[in-house]
Amino acid sequence: MSEQSLYEQLGGEAAVNAAVDIFYRKVLSDDRISAFFEDVDMEKQAAKQKAFLTMAFGGPHNYTGLDMRKGHAHLVARGLNDSHVDAVIEDLGATLRELGVKEELIAQVAAIAESTRNDVLDR
Amino acid sequence: MTTIRYANDKFELEPNESVLECLTNHGVPVPFSCRSGVCQTCLMRATGGKLPETSQQGLKDSLKLQNYFLACVCYPDADLEVALPDDKDVQAVIPATVLSLKLLNAEIMHVELVCHEPIDYRAGQFINLFQHQTLGRSYSLASVPHEDDHLHLHVRRLPQGRVSGWIHDELRPGETVEIRGPGGDCFYIPGNNDQGLILIGTGSGLAPLYGIIRDALSQGHTGPIHLFHGSRDLNGLYLTGELRDLVNQYSNFNYVPCLSGEDVPHGYVAGRAHDVAFQQIPNLKNWRLFLCGHPDMVKTAKMKAFLAGASMKDIYADAFNVSKSS
Ligand code: HEM
Repeated sequence: MSEQSLYEQLGGEAAVNAAVDIFYRKVLSDDRISAFFEDVDMEKQAAKQKAFLTMAFGGPHNYTGLDMRKGHAHLVARGLNDSHVDAVIEDLGATLRELGVKEELIAQVAAIAESTRNDVLDR
Repeated sequence: MTTIRYANDKFELEPNESVLECLTNHGVPVPFSCRSGVCQTCLMRATGGKLPETSQQGLKDSLKLQNYFLACVCYPDADLEVALPDDKDVQAVIPATVLSLKLLNAEIMHVELVCHEPIDYRAGQFINLFQHQTLGRSYSLASVPHEDDHLHLHVRRLPQGRVSGWIHDELRPGETVEIRGPGGDCFYIPGNNDQGLILIGTGSGLAPLYGIIRDALSQGHTGPIHLFHGSRDLNGLYLTGELRDLVNQYSNFNYVPCLSGEDVPHGYVAGRAHDVAFQQIPNLKNWRLFLCGHPDMVKTAKMKAFLAGASMKDIYADAFNVSKSS
């Protein structure tokens, strides 16, 4: 029907801005994964969450698979595994649902996040 | 040809080259990650020239006002002089003469300084004060530029604090010291005048807050302003009279002195300042917060404030780590 990219359909940068606080709050209150986000400067972390969301929303970014490996290697060393990726994707879906995004688009976002799983887990 | 000046070097910007690419191509170790203006790893500061607006996208207002920018999305049309955020030599050292020294309580000294050159600062920022060339400490400014003629600091004496001990015991009015600054992004930004402000401070964390409150009030802030100042016992509080005067003068200002120790006389609230604040105001959506003082308090309060609904861009914080306040 439309020629718009997923990122455009979601609302672009404005959508990322709307989602970032909600998503980050979910992550910090999610006992399954919050430990990975402690001990980091919250302000810097919020910017990185935006980078994550932009990527998952299909927006413009320059990350390679190698960047994802390197960027999460210290977390893999601390035990990052599939269950944590599942939790992140779940929190992402819940965030979008809260913002009233259609399930069909949420599935596309989840698929993008899913496609990075092996890179993030460095395997 | 556009040139980028960094430290003592000058580099020519190639067509369609970002400041980040230009600097890293010439071997300047600028940290970076996303290269698309989002992750903020390549944060730099312009010390001369005009920044393109897009290079400041997504930054907090207090950083924008201090000419911070993201190097990876900075494509300037005119010459630019840049520095990394922690480059120490960005600011010149300014001599300042001590006008007065006065104890605010048993531990905290009010220091009034007359700068030999004008210094452009915002209430709540900090300066570095040097005992000698290699020994300096950061102290927050309690003064307000358009209200006070001189700089005011609240210096807490720390156990074994070299600089604070020297200020308390040896420094005398009339002596001249060197300062550098200002720095820090914990300050009041005019606009959104009816937004509620919550200020939480422990110990001499009151210094920046006292400046920020008076700045906001004098700039016509109309929203409610709640100050929670905490200490263990009564001896740790100070400026209580001045703050109560402000309460009488401004109907939108509220002062809550908090005591975390056993003995809590009438007129004070029992509990740690941030606990009391979040109990009294549980939903922080749309509030602006200022958190200053003990690093543990600042860290905990930041997290709690965010989870209670405050937006990250509305949380301003200044953690007084020991090297900063000793
Ligand atoms: C689902 C796929 C994921 C993607 C696409 C992804 C993407 C990203 C991106 C783009 C960044 C910013 C990197 C930078 O510029 O520095 C990042 C950082 C980060 N990610 Fe992920 N991420 C994923 C999964 C996870 C999981 C499952 C966790 C932990 C539970 C996690 C924890 C972090 C942390 C803590 C950082 C910040 C690292 C630092 O500050 O150095 N990520 N991620």
